[in-house]
This record gives sequence, C-alpha cells and structure tokens, in this order.
Amino acid sequence: MESQEVKLMKGNEAIAHAAIRCGADAFFGYPITPQSEIIETLAALKPWETTGMVVLQAESEVASINMVYGGAGSGKRVLTTSSSPGIALMQEGISYMAGAELPGVFVNVQRGGPGLGTIQPSQGDYFQATRGGGNGDYQVIVLAPASVQEMADFVDLAFTLAFRYRNPAMILSDGVIGQMMEKVVLPPMKPRRTEEEISKECPWAAMGRPKSRKPNIITSLELSSEVMEKRNILLQEKYAEIEAKEVRCEMHQCEDADYVIVAFGSAARIAEKSVELLREEGIKVGLFRPITLWPFPSKEIVELSKGKKGILVAEINAGQMVQDVRLAVNGTLPVEHFGRLGGIVPDPSEIMEALKSKLVNK
Amino acid sequence: MSKMRGAIVINVERCKGCMLCTVSCPRNVIALAERKVNTHGYPYVEAIRPDECTGCMNCGIVCPDGCITVYRKKVED
Amino acid sequence: MTQNDIIAPENLVYSKPELMNDTTMHYCPGCSHGEVHKLIAEIIEEMGMAEKTVGVSPVGCAVFAYRYLDIDWEEAAHGRAPAVATAIKRCWPDRLVFSYQGDGDLACIGTAETIHALNRGEHIAIIFINNAIYGMTGGQMAPTTLIGQKTSTCPYGRDPEIHGYPLNITEIAAHLQGTCYVSRQSVDTVASIMKAKKAIRKAFEASMQGLGSSLVEIVSTCNSGWKLSPVKSNEWMRENMFNVYEKGDLKDTTNIK
Repeated sequence: MESQEVKLMKGNEAIAHAAIRCGADAFFGYPITPQSEIIETLAALKPWETTGMVVLQAESEVASINMVYGGAGSGKRVLTTSSSPGIALMQEGISYMAGAELPGVFVNVQRGGPGLGTIQPSQGDYFQATRGGGNGDYQVIVLAPASVQEMADFVDLAFTLAFRYRNPAMILSDGVIGQMMEKVVLPPMKPRRTEEEISKECPWAAMGRPKSRKPNIITSLELSSEVMEKRNILLQEKYAEIEAKEVRCEMHQCEDADYVIVAFGSAARIAEKSVELLREEGIKVGLFRPITLWPFPSKEIVELSKGKKGILVAEINAGQMVQDVRLAVNGTLPVEHFGRLGGIVPDPSEIMEALKSKLVNK
Repeated sequence: MSKMRGAIVINVERCKGCMLCTVSCPRNVIALAERKVNTHGYPYVEAIRPDECTGCMNCGIVCPDGCITVYRKKVED
Repeated sequence: MTQNDIIAPENLVYSKPELMNDTTMHYCPGCSHGEVHKLIAEIIEEMGMAEKTVGVSPVGCAVFAYRYLDIDWEEAAHGRAPAVATAIKRCWPDRLVFSYQGDGDLACIGTAETIHALNRGEHIAIIFINNAIYGMTGGQMAPTTLIGQKTSTCPYGRDPEIHGYPLNITEIAAHLQGTCYVSRQSVDTVASIMKAKKAIRKAFEASMQGLGSSLVEIVSTCNSGWKLSPVKSNEWMRENMFNVYEKGDLKDTTNIK
C-alpha cells in the first residue's frame, strides 16, 4: 500500500504541486504579491520535462486569462492564478469563458483593496467572485479553501466541476492561506489526458476538425436576440443544476449552539478559535463554513438557523457574504457582521467580542 | 496553331456587384448585368462577351467572394 | 465550340476552395476580407492541414470568419487573439494555429498581446488586415489611419497634434527577435494576390517548422468606411497607403522558398 507522504509547505506551493499532479496541461500567469510563489514553484519544478505541462509567464493578467480561454477552448486543462487587482483585469476573459462555456480554472489569492490596495490579506473580493465581476448574467463556481490541504485538494475539484458543467471555476483564497505553512498530503499523480481522451471528454473543443464532424466554434457572440435569450436561458438552467447538486459546506458544534458564526477561508480558521473561547465563557456557539461560495449554501443556513438566536458573519471585508446570509434567512433572526479592512487580519478575541456585543448583550 | 478558349460560370446569388472582376479582365468579357438584381438585392455581373474569354482566371482570382468558376480548353485552329 | 463544350470538369482551372463554404459572407461588396479568407482556405487545403488547423478570429468585421471557413475556430476578445493562439499552439504543438486580426484589434487594444506573442517567437502566424479604419463599428479612426484621412472620429482629417501619427506596427515586429517572417502585401491585383498567397503560405510553413513567429500584413480597403466604390478604393489605397505602408518582406530568416 502506498504510504501517504506528509509534507510541510505554503498554500501557494500546494496549488503548484497539485496542478501538476492533477494532470493540468498548462499554466499561464503573471507575478503579483501574495501569490508569485505559485508560478515560481512551477518554474522550479519544470513539469514540462516530466508531464509535458506548459508553464508560461504571460505579459499581463489580461493575456493570462485569454491564454486560459484559448487552452480551455481547445479542451485542455489550463489554469491561471493571481491576486485581487490582477483578477480585476481578468474579468473580461472570465465573462467570455462563461459565455463560451469553457472549463478554465483560476485562483485568487486575495489582498486588501480597492485599487492597488495592499499586499496584506483580505476577503474583499467575495462580491467580485460571486456577483460576476464581468459583464452579463453568469456565475463562476467558487471554492473557498481554509487550509493548505484544501488548496491542494481543490485544484482537481475545480477542474472536475469546470469540465462537468463547462463553466469557469475559481479557488478564492487569500494571503493568509497562500502564505501560511501547514502539513499537507499531496494528491497522487494523475497523468495528463491523451488526445483521444480529450476528444471524448470535450467533443465541443476547437482542436482541429476531423472530416467526420462539423467545425467546432468557440464563441460567446450571438447577434440574434431570440437565439441569445435561448443561450442565456440554457446558462441559467445550468446554474440551477449546479446550485442543486454542488453545494459544499461544513459545520462545527452547531447542534447545541445558540449562536452561529458564518465564515469562509482564513476567517473560518480564526473563528474556530473564537468558538472555543466563547464556549469557555459559557456561550454556546457553532461555526458554519461555506466551502462553495457559489453555489451558496442558502438552504443549509436556513435549516441551521432554526431555533438559533443569531448569526454573526465574520469576514475580512466591509460586509459582503453577510448579504447572502441575510437574503437566505430573510429576517427570521438577527444577522450581524464583523470585519476588519485594509489588510488587517482579526484576532479570535475580536470576533468573540463582536458576537458578544452585537448579539448576546444586545 | 492552338489557342485557349475559356468559359466562366458566375454564382449570381453570391455576387455582390463589386465590379473588381470587370477591371481585372483583359478582354472586357464581364460587365454589370443591366437593371438586374439577385434575391439579396445586389446587382450582379455576367459574361457579356463570352467568346473573348481565354480562361486566364483573373476574374476568379480577384473575386473576394469566390463567385466565379473558370474553365479553359486548348482548341486547335 | 460552344460555352457548354468548355464548361466540363476536365477543363476546370479555378473555383472557390472547398474549405470556404457556401454561406454568403456578410462583408461589403469588394471587401478585402473575402479575398484573404479565400487565400487562407486555399493554403490550408494545399498544405493538407484542414483537419489540424485552429483559427482565432478577432473582434471586427471578421468576427464571423468562423462562419465561412470549415475549420475549428476560437473567437477571441478584442485584441487578445495572439494570447489565445499562444495557448492553443503551446497545448497542441502539431496543429497549424493562426490569428486573423484587423488594425484596431492588432495595433490598438491588442498591441501588448501582439508584441509579446511575436517577441516570444510563438509558432503561430498572425494575419493582419490593415484598412486604416474601424469598419465594423461604422468607420472610426484607427491607429493606422493616415494623416489628413477623414473618419467619423476625425471628421476634419487626422491631425498629428491631436491624434498622433499612424502606427507602423509591422516595422516594429520586424525588429523583434522572436519573429522569423514579417511581410506586407496587398490583394488588389492578380499579381499582388499571388504574392500575398506566397507570403501567407510561408508564414504558415514557418509556424509548422517551429522557426518563430510570423506576421503578414495585408494593406486592404474598406470601401464602406472610405465611402468609395470597391474599384476606386483600390486606386485610393495604391495612391495613398502604399507609401506609408510599404510592401515587401521586412524580415525573412526562414530559408523557405
């Protein structure tokens, strides 16, 4: 039996290792703090010599996402990574990928904003990720890792979901998870797909047209409104299917809790400690951690909130996911927000104090 | 003595009446058909002096829509 | 000898290439796009690469190029075609990959993608249709619009004080180390069409031989934007554009005949 090797590495490094191991065909990216280790690790590992994976530093994030579009449109497993301002540049390409139904993967290791912002961590891109930062009615599948292990595991998961639904998928991480070092068991090596396997998995791909089929055309353009509406309706039906089938979330100590903290990513790791501290003071608190931010676990939160006295949404921004929680519970119980801004990462005690002042002692 | 005799077939429905073929023809074989349009509303060209055609292919080559098919046969005098 | 005696399959000397399908092309009468599309179709057929070619179409009049040539296509965002083509070729090295772009796409919004793909020496061919105007959006000024030329956004003529100078991006490309073949041609006469076809063929061959990147500019007409007939447009182009955009091979390190 193969023994599972435990390694110690940064979240960013785990993304790089996992990309190679899940059979990715190409990485295109541009340096930006706090995620440049991803491309640096890939460059150092030289996967083009082992698996044949392409690693290319592109001239910008704009070029990077369009390279992902190009590769994904030809059926290949391709990804890019960046941080908040770079992801802003990618919004055009992401919208095009959603419109053309392409299975590309991209990673956002968030930093404080807006604008050039700071290089310190934040969760300020929740809206950008879940509300579709580009033009038009679309969604990307959003996975929020909270550990280096999840950084490693979510690369293959993102590709699997992207190809299952022919839709872009993103891993929404942040500077804490990207830079921290933890133990990780890397996924086993999966070979890159052969041309035949790609043809079978992606009969729609533009990869050279054999005489036996019509040309495959990858495009998001449609000038006829009637046809375009039908295309959009199909997209909406796809999103409804994803919402029904692909929600992922986790709950800690919620069964007997009076209050629940809802948090994702690094905020959830901090909130785990806050739950401990609160319980030491005799306040029964649980933690609900969305893993998919889109599709958002609305049903699960509604179910959970029955009989609870209040929810505190702890996120490192001015109040973004809290809107989705409020929408879900629809006024049936108090929902408060706690966040730090500008790259400050809160202490567990800050979240604890916020819950006490905004909910318990109100 | 032999010479080349040509014949062109014009796809009237594909023609847009741009006239580039008419200026490329060294024998003035082609002209805009008078007062005629195709089903798309475009005037189109026709071979008005077909016997002058040598099958040089100029018209076929310059037509941006690929409307003209050219045939050529060597004829003994 | 009647016409019908001549019109027989054994006498066929020229017809539309098969790879160019029967869909009516939306281009204006006399537009250079149709001609270049036809040449590309002929070349792909002659190279036997119809089943192994992926084209990348632009934003511009030629956005619908994918409707007319029966190969696989990817439609790119405005200016991004060289990045899209880079990825396709790096992921599928045995395919023939080319991009087909207009002057706004390649030399304005896409300048960075153009320069960097060429400079990296990507094994792709970029076909550049330069008609000194933005056709699809209704005739606005392009980076290649000539001094004094009137367009809808410089209705009194391009003035270098306000609008800067026309951009000779092909000259820039010739200086990039990654390029192996840079050429400028036109398709206004039979002779120029033959030369243009040779140039595009060489660019395609060079990409398949992995010699570097290639750029073939086709100085073209836009009779709608210029408000001239197709025949007059060719004349205007000859009189005004050829001395600003000089034809010929600017760089050729390919050793391909």
